[in-house]
Amino acid sequence: MLSSTAKNLYWMGRYLQRAKTTARLIEATQRMALQSSGKEAEGVVAIFGMEDEFRQVQEQAAQSQRQGSRRRLSDLVDFLAFDERNPSSIVSSIGSARRNAREERNNITVDVWESLNGLWLELSGKLRGNRAGLDRGALIESVKKQAVMIFGAAQVTLLRDEAYNFLQLGAFLERGDNTARILDVKYHLLMPDGRPHADTLDYFAWSEVLACIGAVRTYRRIYRSALDPMKIAELMMLRRDVPRSVHHCLWMVDLNMRELADAYGTRGEADRLAGELHARLRYARIDAIYQIGLRPFLGGVRADIATLSDTIGRQFLLD
Amino acid sequence: MAAKTFDEMRSGAEGAIRDPYRGVAQWLDSTSPERLAATRHEVDQFYRRHGITFGAYGAAEGSETTIPFDIIPRVMAWDEWEYLHKGLVQRVKALNAFLADAYGERKICRAGVIPEKQILMNAEFVAMAQGLKLPGDVHAHIAGIDLVRVGEKDFYVLEDNVRTPSGVSYVLENREVMMRLAPELFSAMRVMPVANYTEELLATLRSVSFGDSHEPNVVLLTPGHYNSAYFEHAFLADEMGIELVKGSDLFVDEGRVFMRTPRGPQRVDVIYRRVDDAFLDPLAMRPDSYLGVAGLIGALRAGRVNIVNALGNGVADDKSTYTYVPQMIRFYLDEEPILQNVQTHRGDRPDDLKYMLEHLSELVVKEVHGSGGKGMLVGPTSSKQEIEEFSQLVKARPDNYIAQPTLALSTCPTFVAQGVAPRHVDLRPFVLSGKKITIVPGGLTRVALKEGSLVVNSSQGGGTKDTWVLAPDA
Repeated sequence: MLSSTAKNLYWMGRYLQRAKTTARLIEATQRMALQSSGKEAEGVVAIFGMEDEFRQVQEQAAQSQRQGSRRRLSDLVDFLAFDERNPSSIVSSIGSARRNAREERNNITVDVWESLNGLWLELSGKLRGNRAGLDRGALIESVKKQAVMIFGAAQVTLLRDEAYNFLQLGAFLERGDNTARILDVKYHLLMPDGRPHADTLDYFAWSEVLACIGAVRTYRRIYRSALDPMKIAELMMLRRDVPRSVHHCLWMVDLNMRELADAYGTRGEADRLAGELHARLRYARIDAIYQIGLRPFLGGVRADIATLSDTIGRQFLLD
Repeated sequence: MAAKTFDEMRSGAEGAIRDPYRGVAQWLDSTSPERLAATRHEVDQFYRRHGITFGAYGAAEGSETTIPFDIIPRVMAWDEWEYLHKGLVQRVKALNAFLADAYGERKICRAGVIPEKQILMNAEFVAMAQGLKLPGDVHAHIAGIDLVRVGEKDFYVLEDNVRTPSGVSYVLENREVMMRLAPELFSAMRVMPVANYTEELLATLRSVSFGDSHEPNVVLLTPGHYNSAYFEHAFLADEMGIELVKGSDLFVDEGRVFMRTPRGPQRVDVIYRRVDDAFLDPLAMRPDSYLGVAGLIGALRAGRVNIVNALGNGVADDKSTYTYVPQMIRFYLDEEPILQNVQTHRGDRPDDLKYMLEHLSELVVKEVHGSGGKGMLVGPTSSKQEIEEFSQLVKARPDNYIAQPTLALSTCPTFVAQGVAPRHVDLRPFVLSGKKITIVPGGLTRVALKEGSLVVNSSQGGGTKDTWVLAPDA
């Protein structure tokens, strides 16, 4: 297999996962906005580090239109979902994933290609038409569903070879990073002082945090108790059995790295870093994390995920 | 058109259905127009979903269209094919002998058959290929020979393509689609299979490796997904189970070619390239090329890697060298040509030029190095003004043009908006040359979908058909 193939599959995994996270995030934010104040835009944009870009879009829009909180929300949705100038938007991510897949038509199955190409055709087709009449909610819902189907197609049809490992690496690194970002930003927004227990709790806000990773019911099943910020942090970071937790994702990253090391018969810095990150989340305790502070801990994990991504690039000649 | 058009289905004795078409004629009679239309729609969906697309040159990024596929197959009897097969083998043998000679001693020039300037002054001549001794003396490993039919027994070679001929993926995909759409036809008639093409192609590529000590590593070099034939590149690599590489995936170290993989560099022995000569190696050819590999030509000259098709094949397939192919066959093989050339007037010969300019309204005029149906004039279907404009072009650079009589290309029944109607077709069989010569029965049939049009190129609104060669005594 070529290094460029590994690279394309790795990024296909990352972009698809990013589109899926964004779709979920938008849904959670919209639900939240219906029940609360309407300041959610800030937090969501911060998750992607896109504050400046969004402000620019807002300023451009402000020159021609009247602004209100409703207006801001629909601007936000358009920016996150359908704006091609935003490289992390759903439409940009799906476009990038499709470009990666298109270059590897011969390394993926017809099922994976057809499902991804189908999603792109639907998305680009609808966005080409009149945007005024566009049912944004339905389209985002469709993206979410189809992204799950694409990953499903990959899981049931792809040969379990090195190419598959790289696809998985991309998807799980992105997912782990996304969950860490969501938790980091939301926690800071809702509880700026970082104290684990608060006297008054914004129930809707906290259930929205869980909704961002689709884990409201999961929380109930696991803890069988009222929402508690510390438990929410534990679920999102440390629970290995929650498929979107940071721990689960880094476990999968480590597993795929080990399969590659076995296939290639060599190990490098990326293997060490993947193992170290996995171990850090596996053996961490939530109360110990609160002692050093959630922000520094998550900041360290996010920085190391970024370093791991770079190191994987160097180790496997992806750059 | 002067001559009466030969219809491959209906031009039997006294207008009867010709034998090979009996099955198809019955199928057409028993299938309602609505059913045909529905089938047609199914095909379009299939092609689009599978991403089988064709980006015409000059189109904006992402503008992907599918080449129209016509659901009515074109049929040939076994003896018709046998005749073509013999003629194709003969012609490609001669072309290969010519290429080896053109970059070798040029005996054919010394014998006075072809003037040396036809080779050396040719824009497609690659000096760097001079004196190269290639495995098996093969230069044109994959040749696409464009044939047209004008009568029951009259086939002409319109053009030889020995650089990077494309279209074979449509031969294979069209058959897949056809078997899905009309299985009943296949059970009624014995059609020679084409699916073994990729296996034969891989065997051919392996057989021309310089080294013979180990299993040769073959890769397919593509310019990338902006190329209009990218789908075909990916398809062929996939079917052969070889790596589809871009220039950036390869590098040359100490005269050897390697590909970058996550486990480290891996040696490459044969490169089936779909990149034009000029872009292959920025050190040896165009320095601004990002599509090639620096040092590749050096590795080729050192006998460390073979490049398929060979460098500089353009001297054998332009429209002016074409006029010499019958002499090549006589010179190298000492045989009479089986397949005929179309009578060709060369702009660089004063008598021919005079005739050309006087008869533009009857002729087809083409650029010597043109391709894809661009830069040509079809006299009988052009306006006075178009002819006048073209005659200025010819006068300005006579040696850049050749002219041929307008042939009455045969027609086949084709499904168009108005129903089933005859449309003009050509045929491009693909000839593989390695240790042996292999031709998968049939080839790519291209069809001009516009009524009366003689231009079948996909970039000019042509479509394709599945091409059937019926098994002997079927």
